[in-house]
Amino acid sequence: MSAPATTEAKLAAATAPASPPLAEKIKIKVDGREVEVPKMMPNWQGKLEPTTMLQACQIAGHEVPHYCYHPKLPVAGNCRMCLVEFGTPQMGPDRKPVLNQDGTPKVAKAVLPYEPSTCRGAIACATPISPGMEIYPNSAATKQMREAVLESLLINHPLDCSICDQAGECKLQEYSVEHGQSQSSFVEAKVHKPKAVDLGPRIVLDDERCILCTRCIRFTKDIAGDDALGIVNRGSYNTIAAWKPGAFDNNYTLNTVDICPVGALTSKDFRFQMRVWFMKETKSLCTSCGTGCNIIVGSREEKIYRYEPRQNDAVNACWMCDHGRLNYKWIGRGDRLKKCGVRGAGCGVTDSDWSTVLKGVSETLAKAPHGSTAIVASARQTNEELFLLKKLATKLGALTDSVPRTGQGDHLLVDEDKNPNSNGARLTGIAFTEMGINLPKIAEGIAAGRIKTLIVFGEDVTRHGLDPSLLARLDTLIVSDILPNRTTALAHYLLPGCAHAEKRGTFTNTKGRVQKFMKAVEAPGDARPEWEFLHELMHNVTGQNGFSTIEGLFNQMAAEVPGFAGLEWAKLGETGVTVQI
Amino acid sequence: MIVKRNELTWFERLYLPALVGGLKVTARHFFNNITGKTKVTQQYPEEPTKVLPGYRGAPYLVRDQDGATKCVSCQLCEFICPPKAIRMTPPGAAGQPADRPNAEKMPKEFEINMLRCIFCGLCQEVCPEEAIFLKSDFSLTGLARGEMVYNKEKLLALGGTHGGVQKWKHKLEEAKEQETFPVKV
Repeated sequence: MSAPATTEAKLAAATAPASPPLAEKIKIKVDGREVEVPKMMPNWQGKLEPTTMLQACQIAGHEVPHYCYHPKLPVAGNCRMCLVEFGTPQMGPDRKPVLNQDGTPKVAKAVLPYEPSTCRGAIACATPISPGMEIYPNSAATKQMREAVLESLLINHPLDCSICDQAGECKLQEYSVEHGQSQSSFVEAKVHKPKAVDLGPRIVLDDERCILCTRCIRFTKDIAGDDALGIVNRGSYNTIAAWKPGAFDNNYTLNTVDICPVGALTSKDFRFQMRVWFMKETKSLCTSCGTGCNIIVGSREEKIYRYEPRQNDAVNACWMCDHGRLNYKWIGRGDRLKKCGVRGAGCGVTDSDWSTVLKGVSETLAKAPHGSTAIVASARQTNEELFLLKKLATKLGALTDSVPRTGQGDHLLVDEDKNPNSNGARLTGIAFTEMGINLPKIAEGIAAGRIKTLIVFGEDVTRHGLDPSLLARLDTLIVSDILPNRTTALAHYLLPGCAHAEKRGTFTNTKGRVQKFMKAVEAPGDARPEWEFLHELMHNVTGQNGFSTIEGLFNQMAAEVPGFAGLEWAKLGETGVTVQI
Repeated sequence: MIVKRNELTWFERLYLPALVGGLKVTARHFFNNITGKTKVTQQYPEEPTKVLPGYRGAPYLVRDQDGATKCVSCQLCEFICPPKAIRMTPPGAAGQPADRPNAEKMPKEFEINMLRCIFCGLCQEVCPEEAIFLKSDFSLTGLARGEMVYNKEKLLALGGTHGGVQKWKHKLEEAKEQETFPVKV
């Protein structure tokens, strides 16, 4: 996929923080109440454009129903759902406003030219407001227009909600209940279009359900920069199609499933997996790269079913990449580390419990001479965990490092840094200079016998220069991980950890945005959040009491680490705070 | 309010005629019973109980007139079920397609825990496919708790057939008709 260079600028503009409200405001009336709205408001690219009726109604607290309009997409104005009745101040032949008897300007409702008794609505998403305008989002005429538009949209809709994955989060369902009518005057046979069309490797299209809002076409053309979709055939045979069957394949295709207001575009990964109303939605972060896209984790009964992007204009707008979205299955893998482990003399790792393992680790670390320990942390860990590890390292005089992980980035959201928290590792001091620079030193220290104890968190160090023969020279190897690997097999003490979806914490993305994520599912078996047992270890080794809550721990970290100075857990909010990096 | 008490007639005041009248009723029932003319004790379970239409017995899955599973795994019954007795496993993208063409999906597994079920009938009421019905079975027994969890196969076997509008079939027929030109409307 080759994208035009301008898309980067487009997203940068779209994801830029909302520009400060402009001084110039105009007065209009919405539903009889006077409101002052800015004359210009940012459009989908963040550029200022005259405020539309839809935006003005939103400011006034009236949600105008819409399908094709999306705040992060160019306005198309084709679904007609946002039709509203409106009026403008009447002008006399002398181009002066006509006044009522009480001196107020006379407002004339827009009507059809040759049918003055019939309202002429305007689409709220594309009609700019003018001073003195009156919008009637709840008038009888507006309601009638909505009913008529919904009836037209439903003419060829198959009404197969019982087998449609969108049911429960379908705008057509919601608006039909809210603004529609229970009967249709359409008695003819519906036009049948192709069903279960293979649009691309991750998308299934049901053409019958499509209401032709063209959100998907605009997204893939203007945001993803891959002009793969279009409308073919004419009239009521209008059909969405890819330029070549199955050719809708870029790294952002699944966003079209989110923005599709009906069940036309559905995800192959989520197809027929679970009904959406069973899903528990947890605010979380994507960990597949350093961008840190905000997501919602959909889970039911401790099983994760899907990731969906969550709007954060400072990070990912409303989007996320397909790779990150589908990278959740490892969390539910059957071979997860579920038991603590202790290696006996000569034999392999045997199952143990937390009290034994933590006691053993604490005693080993308390006895270890200053400087005989090294810590390999992971930039996939949270800021809090890295902070605790750094405190432990300071106490033990340990050499610390993390493992760099780079890959290909792209023009939109994917970052070259594949670690979700590289900046956290830098700010906490785990990898203060270039990441990975201490790994050869640690290897050298082990080879020379200076380093006797190695603590590894969430990394398979055998793949990063510390091969098994080297690890065999250690007196103690303490490993915490989520999935088994060659390092966990060699551990003297094995501490099963949690995936990000199973604990709370914060990450610092590549741009220095500190964002928090919540717990979606329970960890399997005995696995515990790393910060919890690190807190206990810290207490046992240093004798100092710490915080046993994530809120307290974060606030302690903010107080002690200069990079996070001034932050508070409660002030992070849902979209995070940017720190200087 | 004051209720006026009528004076008893002399015949009523005799008392004995009323006593004899009562004994006559008793004697009639006595003879009818010993001769087998009326029956008050039902020999359950040897003698099955007749269940009236509209009775809410155990919920079972039904097949349509073509023998296809009607359930499309929409999971509304699972959602509405007050005691959470219903548990469904959706087919997933790679699952077995529905018995009927065009219906796209059917449950991979459908379980009703009859120990939890309160026979309220909300599953039948909510079903958009007329696929689950409260039948007349009221006496469900098993030797273990596990036996009381009825799976899809068992529920379909017990449910039998229930006809009705075959909307998926009609939709497919309608679509096929449109493939020939000129389109018939």
